[in-house]
Amino acid sequence: MRGATQAKWAACAVAVALMATACGGGGGGGGGGANGIVSSSWGDPQNPLEPANTNEVQGGKVLDMVFRGLKKYDPKTGAATNMLAEKIESTDSQNFTITLKDGWTFSNGEKVTAHSFVDAWNYGALLKNNQKNAYFFGYIDGYDKVHPNTGNASAATLSGLKVVDPKTFTVKLSQKFSLWPDTLGYPAFAPLPKAFFTDHAAWVSKPVGNGPYTIENYTKGSSMSLRKWDGYPGDDKAQNGGIDLKVYTDSNTAYTDLVAGNLDLVDDVPASQLKNVKADLGDRYINTPAGIIQTIAFPFYDKKWDTPGGIKVRQGLSMAINRDQITSQIFQKTRTPASDWTSPVLGEEGGFKKGLCGAPCEYNAADAKKLVQEGGGIPGGQLKISYNADTGSHKEWVDAVCNSINKALGNNKACVGAPVGTFADFRSQVSQQKLTGPWRAGWQMDYPLIQNFLQPTYYTNASSNDGKWSNKQFDSLIDKANAESDKAKAVSTFQDAERVLAEQMPVIPLWYQNGSAGYSDRITNVALNQFSVPVYEQIKVK
Amino acid sequence: MGRYVIRRLLQMIPVFFGTTLLIFLMVNVMGDPIAGLCGERQCDPATAAQLRKEFGLDKPVWQQYVTYMGNVFTGDFGTAFNGQKVTELMATAFPITIRLTVIAIVFEVVIGISLGVVTGLRRGRPVDTTVLILTLVVISVPTFVTGLLLQLLLGVKWGIIDPSVSSEAPFNELLVPGLVLASVSLAYVTRLTRTSIAENARADYVRTAVAKGLPRRRVVIRHLLRNSLIPVVTFIGTDVGALMGGAIVTERIFNIHGVGYQLYQGILRQNSQTVVGFVTILVLVFLAANLIVDLLYAVLDPRIRYA
Amino acid sequence: MPEQTPDEVISAGGAGAGMDLAIEEGETLEKTPGGPEGTGPAEKPRSLWSDAWRDLRRNPVFIISALIILFLVIISIWPSLITNQDPLNCDLGKAQESSQPGHPFGFDGQGCDVYTRTVYGARASVTVGVCATLGVSLLGGILGGFAGFFGGWWDSILSRLTDVFFGIPVVLGGLVFLSVVPGSTVWPVIGFIVLLGWPQIARIARGSVITAKQNDYVQAARALGASNSRIMLRHIAPNAVAPVIVVATIALGTYISLEATLSFLGVGLKPPAVSWGIDISAAANYIRNAPHMLLWPAGALAVTVLAFIMLGDAVRDALDPKLR
Repeated sequence: MRGATQAKWAACAVAVALMATACGGGGGGGGGGANGIVSSSWGDPQNPLEPANTNEVQGGKVLDMVFRGLKKYDPKTGAATNMLAEKIESTDSQNFTITLKDGWTFSNGEKVTAHSFVDAWNYGALLKNNQKNAYFFGYIDGYDKVHPNTGNASAATLSGLKVVDPKTFTVKLSQKFSLWPDTLGYPAFAPLPKAFFTDHAAWVSKPVGNGPYTIENYTKGSSMSLRKWDGYPGDDKAQNGGIDLKVYTDSNTAYTDLVAGNLDLVDDVPASQLKNVKADLGDRYINTPAGIIQTIAFPFYDKKWDTPGGIKVRQGLSMAINRDQITSQIFQKTRTPASDWTSPVLGEEGGFKKGLCGAPCEYNAADAKKLVQEGGGIPGGQLKISYNADTGSHKEWVDAVCNSINKALGNNKACVGAPVGTFADFRSQVSQQKLTGPWRAGWQMDYPLIQNFLQPTYYTNASSNDGKWSNKQFDSLIDKANAESDKAKAVSTFQDAERVLAEQMPVIPLWYQNGSAGYSDRITNVALNQFSVPVYEQIKVK
Repeated sequence: MGRYVIRRLLQMIPVFFGTTLLIFLMVNVMGDPIAGLCGERQCDPATAAQLRKEFGLDKPVWQQYVTYMGNVFTGDFGTAFNGQKVTELMATAFPITIRLTVIAIVFEVVIGISLGVVTGLRRGRPVDTTVLILTLVVISVPTFVTGLLLQLLLGVKWGIIDPSVSSEAPFNELLVPGLVLASVSLAYVTRLTRTSIAENARADYVRTAVAKGLPRRRVVIRHLLRNSLIPVVTFIGTDVGALMGGAIVTERIFNIHGVGYQLYQGILRQNSQTVVGFVTILVLVFLAANLIVDLLYAVLDPRIRYA
Repeated sequence: MPEQTPDEVISAGGAGAGMDLAIEEGETLEKTPGGPEGTGPAEKPRSLWSDAWRDLRRNPVFIISALIILFLVIISIWPSLITNQDPLNCDLGKAQESSQPGHPFGFDGQGCDVYTRTVYGARASVTVGVCATLGVSLLGGILGGFAGFFGGWWDSILSRLTDVFFGIPVVLGGLVFLSVVPGSTVWPVIGFIVLLGWPQIARIARGSVITAKQNDYVQAARALGASNSRIMLRHIAPNAVAPVIVVATIALGTYISLEATLSFLGVGLKPPAVSWGIDISAAANYIRNAPHMLLWPAGALAVTVLAFIMLGDAVRDALDPKLR
């Protein structure tokens, strides 16, 4: 192994040296490392790479490199800072005036104007464009006209968006939402050039944006080459010459390729390899919190589960799960036991509160057994936790959770995993309310706000409240928090709502997921942001 | 002979429709694919309805099938959920998988038949026993274990091969994956040949050939082997289709973007356009291979005549 | 040489000492280990089957493989005979640990005792292997045999039917069939394997029946006025069954592996069922850091497959009159 690897690196070094000389000869340009290309693992994006249509990490990676929006989340603190926005002002938490900075263009030379945003948002919201992230525009006034729940759209544009001049536009929301500007870092809110609308097919086959990289070459299903855009006006310029994304059929293979020296960066280390990471990579491994929480959800639409004693059963089950042991043995500490319903990436100020859940989220086998019995036992006699078997290492942890519950309850058949073959089938069973037992659920935040962890998942009839849990007190606290214009007060009201979750335990929080990545010794300064996407523009090549 | 071929070609028509219909129904039975497109959250009902309309999923199944087949005959195999034409996927996937299959078949034929002849002629000897145990180990260990093990040893520990295949997938990078893919079939071929050879070694024509004083090599190759190949050829013929469509595990381990991988992706995303399209082509390949096998019977055994 | 079966009469004496000439090195091909060569010709006429049984009893390969299979069957029925632990009683704290007193094979990823799980896994795996192989051989052998024997329309329809089944990718079939037919028992898995596996055997059986049909003794039997059923059962079946047995015994191993693959895809056997397949697919990912998790269930699988293949070989040899 050594010999071959060294030979390859020697070849690489020669190539880099040659390139550096060439650059030096050309006069100007960066030093050796600044033009180095980083190869990184990738998965085939599920949807076309339109900003408002990309809802998973693989497509998100590309958008992160190719687009810059009004705001950007700081990769370290998660704070939303102005990017293209000069300022976003509001006096009533409902009407916002957005002013753009000067000097921004798309990589094809077109200026970024207020129209670039308003047209993009109108496109994203309009029903007939099939954009899967359309709901992001749901807070904007007039959304129900362009995207009605049934039937055809009665308007083509959002009435809440008005262009004032090329640098300014106004947004009217349909309700008060003080933290709304902080959602604008999400890629769905990216501006789009005219070419997107005039020659859509060409744009989709090779997207053009305003980010630090441009797409040089895109072969669907196998690879994408992104190169540094020299004319990029922002201050987060790329520190390397470009990124080559390679589609892998399996994360294990990508990891093996990294170890063999054929790949620079793997941003998804499979659970089964975590034990080898130290030996293979030494300190070239990062394990940082990401805005993802994993939970077990219950079917409240099923009479069996919506009982007064159900609270005790759910709390008992939660206490029967030995989170510490599972996160260290199955996940090698790439998950952190959860003690609230948000994520550590929010920070204390943002609303994360360790231990908010209290005793019900701590392992206590004796109390667990007692509580489940007091609550009338597990409905149906057996807990079948549904999960999809095709992605992730769900089988391992579901089996471990079941073993833990079985041990605590003293019954080897109290809990079993119920695999579903495909993610699509799993999701359709969940959304059509076909499941009669609990299922694995997860929430990856759209933007680092406590609101995003609570409202879409637990508010009555919210879009991701799959279990159809409903609680008036919770709903009114959320409404109150959204109307609060003071950020600190809003956050503490959200936490009050979260305490309702602790009392009712509508879903069992399991653990916070970390992003884990490994990299070769060719590159340095590798970090993952809160969405567990590598911060590509900061990577330096040796 | 000509009439036989024509009759067989005509018979392919109902098989073709039967299989495509069956696959179409199977993908439909798996449920609503739209739910999987929106990640961990529910698609909003309006978008979901709109997507269903766009992919034609709101129509009854028979109508979807008729529309689909109509399009197929004009060369339009539809679009995958990521907006890519299925024909584009095929154009990249099939050449890679054909290379992989050719390598696997060559391994099967060369190694499998040679080992089979050797062990068939030396039944009960140490060579026979050794090969028996080796083939046995190969058969009893699932492909994903063989693949992962070879990848770990050859690719990572000893650095003889690259652990993953690049997107161009040239022949030399496909050698080890081809061997892994062929391994189980190779064991079958060895054992089938062995049995067949052992049986035919006692036939009259072999005795006659030996009595005529023909050299041993000629007896084995021209007389013995030729007559022992019918079950082997049958097996390899049926294996072609299985190898092409069944390389899912091997392709995944070695990062080969071939038919198996695309098919698996299509199945997981429940994309009937991709799945039916790929399977349709596979069925055609399979039917052709079967026809060739049946014609080979007549070549191998002159007593078999097709009218 | 016993000369009772018409096959041998017609096939001009069948095997004889002269056959050794075929191979210049003078190897005695027909000598199965311990096989009686040319014993007692002056006995009462016996049937093919009693001949076979007489041969088998003296064949050490048969005896060894039969003993292994007997052992497997016994522990499948009463696993508690050789272990006193519960395969579902796992301690995650001991995950992936290697062997220690009381736990000779170490622990798996969930901290379950590998030895106990290997013992308990035999039941599901052996049941799947044996039942699926029997089902596939019967269905495939009969359908393929008919197709080869009768030819014409029979052959066309059955061959095209096998084509249709061959066209279905195993993974798709598995995902569809096993999510429509739920349940955590082995029967849906067996049913699925039979459904997708029979065309392979049918093709083989058809090919060898076509070959056997051409033989002189079949023509002769037909000329003598033997009925179709008699020709099929007495003349063709014994001569065509060899390739089927070879493929079927090998297939038995692959079916147990297939069960592993199906478990891996989440549609095979489901917990709390215990099987080698479930354990092998779970262990495959840990091949680097805990090879013992893979070694034992895979080893048990290998021994089982070996036993069945040896048994198949011995039975095949015994059934082949030319080998006596």
